[in-house]
Amino acid sequence: MKRHLISAADLTRDDAVLILDTAEEMARVADRPIKKLPTLRGRTICNLFFEDSTRTRISFEAAEKRLSADVINFAAKGSSVSKGESLKDTAQTLEAMGVDAVVIRHGASGAPYRLANSGWIDAPVINAGDGTHQHPTQALLDAFTMRRRLVGRDAGLGKDLAGRRITIVGDVLHSRVARSNVDLLHTLGAEVTLVAPPTLVPVGVETWPCEVSYSLDEVLPKSDAVMMLRVQRERMNAAFFPTEREYSRRYGLDAARMARMPEHAIVMHPGPMVRGMEITAEVADSDRCTVVEQVANGVSVRMAVLYLLLGGSEPAVTAPSRTEETK
Amino acid sequence: MSKTLIRGAKVLGGEAQDVLIDGETISEVGTGLSADGATVVEAAGQVLLPGLVDLHTHLREPGREDSETVLTGTRAAASGGYTAVFAMANTFPVADTAGVVEQVYRLGKESGYCDVQPIGAVTIGLEGKKLSELGAMHESAARVTVFSDDGKCVDDAVIMRRALEYVKAFGGVIAQHAQEPRLTEGAQMNEGIVSAELGLGGWPAVAEESIIARDVLLAEHVGSRVHICHLSTAGSVEIVRWAKSRGIDVTAEVTPHHLLLTDELVRSYNPVYKVNPPLRTERDVMALREALADGTIDIVATDHAPHPHEDKDCEWAAAAMGMVGLETALSVVQQTMVETGLLDWAGVAERMSFAPARIGGLSHLHGRPVSAGEPANLTLVDTSYRGVVDPAGFASRSRNTPYEGRELPGRVTHTFLRGRTTVVDGKLA
Repeated sequence: MKRHLISAADLTRDDAVLILDTAEEMARVADRPIKKLPTLRGRTICNLFFEDSTRTRISFEAAEKRLSADVINFAAKGSSVSKGESLKDTAQTLEAMGVDAVVIRHGASGAPYRLANSGWIDAPVINAGDGTHQHPTQALLDAFTMRRRLVGRDAGLGKDLAGRRITIVGDVLHSRVARSNVDLLHTLGAEVTLVAPPTLVPVGVETWPCEVSYSLDEVLPKSDAVMMLRVQRERMNAAFFPTEREYSRRYGLDAARMARMPEHAIVMHPGPMVRGMEITAEVADSDRCTVVEQVANGVSVRMAVLYLLLGGSEPAVTAPSRTEETK
Repeated sequence: MSKTLIRGAKVLGGEAQDVLIDGETISEVGTGLSADGATVVEAAGQVLLPGLVDLHTHLREPGREDSETVLTGTRAAASGGYTAVFAMANTFPVADTAGVVEQVYRLGKESGYCDVQPIGAVTIGLEGKKLSELGAMHESAARVTVFSDDGKCVDDAVIMRRALEYVKAFGGVIAQHAQEPRLTEGAQMNEGIVSAELGLGGWPAVAEESIIARDVLLAEHVGSRVHICHLSTAGSVEIVRWAKSRGIDVTAEVTPHHLLLTDELVRSYNPVYKVNPPLRTERDVMALREALADGTIDIVATDHAPHPHEDKDCEWAAAAMGMVGLETALSVVQQTMVETGLLDWAGVAERMSFAPARIGGLSHLHGRPVSAGEPANLTLVDTSYRGVVDPAGFASRSRNTPYEGRELPGRVTHTFLRGRTTVVDGKLA
């Protein structure tokens, strides 16, 4: 593993499988009465959020706290950043306070890469979503969810997603989730198909390791998992599609469409969902939809990433009896 | 009057000759000239060019003296072998009145390193809505003949048409920054394979090409001439080639960076590669080189765009667009055009001195032949030099070069402005 986690494309197959396997160990911690490991005791992690994202920030915070790290939350709104302080100065200020790792969410694509590679700070950088570029821990938690559901919780250990057919539907152009998932799923051996109106597929997609289709109905019967992306209503005003209703009719997932998926296939969504737009309430609330599981899995996966980047060589999870002793 | 003898230089890359400068003028060109009473510059093996002329420089003064001043910018120009630069109008205040262009003109005179020819804004405040007083700027002491809203496109077709027509009265030219604004909202880099991966807003080639296509047709319709700034795509080359074949009075420039660098560099997210128009693909670079060689593109212009360190030491989206270029332009042209066999040094002289002076209406002063009786505006180049670019040594106030740490060939050893040395042995005089 590299020192930082900036892009899902930075992970080899073995890195990714190691993270998923470690996340399974971490998940067991959540089943214990005391959901805490001493692994990162005495380490300080800063969640540096330049963009509002309560759910991702809380997920990281939960992961950090379960590993016993000290957590500093830095939201750029109302801070010195809004008064014109640069990313560089903010990061250097935090490092001067002794931060051991920075989890960064930023609206500008490439901001985490700059932070990790400009010599501004030494601490490991974990990308919690940058602009329309990458969101690697989201891709990891999605892969974790797929492996559990499609391969099995125990059967999946050590395995990748070879041969699984994954369909990603929606605003690919503006989606860091789509970019991260294409990279990671390809690394894990899955076959990815992107489905979107042509306006929401980037020019240059032809080099991505995936297929592109404009027809959801053609792809659904051949999908083991269908991931619906959020479509922001503002896109309509920029002529990406004519109306919300037309988008829903052509690219939304409703019960009738879900019925055309293979029986074992699952429906995923990174959240937040826009019910009635890309997904109907009926589908969102069905047993096949993994959206709530994805949230739970997010904490396990982020624990695994933090442990592997910061924890060093100690075993991730000590025997339950010892954990009891440390409480 | 002081005399200088440049001994044994390859004039425009040809046979070795001696060039005697007497006062402000070249008095003799030949072999075995007497050095009597003259300072001798031993130039064996070096190439002597007419002083370079840059049709596209941002000197930033007035208003952004933290980036560059007329003095520091002209020192950078002299270091790069230039004897005349055209100063773009996007200053603060904008050079859209006779008062501002005269101020820039006067600052150029005072600097003494390089002649400064101001460019006037086409529209008031570069807003693209109302024509500036183009005639007043032309009649001012600055004698403006080139007008440009560079940095912004004159996107309104009617305003562009009127501007093209209006300047015919005094032989002016509109230099268009071709960028369709709606197609480039939020644009951060060339739209293509790399932008798709990096998740940076795409800047499609068609945003440039559609404006060029429109403007050559407008120029044809009203019988005026148009100059295209920093052409950057293979498609733009095709349109200009077609326009010239039709007899349309169009000229075009390319920057050194578009002859060398591609959008692959943006993968570093280092804003030193952020520029307008954006770095394009390898295919575009090759088409631009070929077009510069065959004359479709008339000139090399630097688009020297200084920015303070903090405007580049940040995340990509927050960074300013532009690169400094005056001090590296000739080296980049040597590497991309001469050492590839696409141009000889006479071809370089045409594209970096004669033609830009002609397009900008300065050819009575600059871009003159290296022969007796001509003004002694000259640049001497050690073409065998190889060196790594170190921005710490720049004369420019800014350091935003994309070539830091890159080896480039060639070095300007002497620059003469009307017989006076502005650069001696590679150092500012």
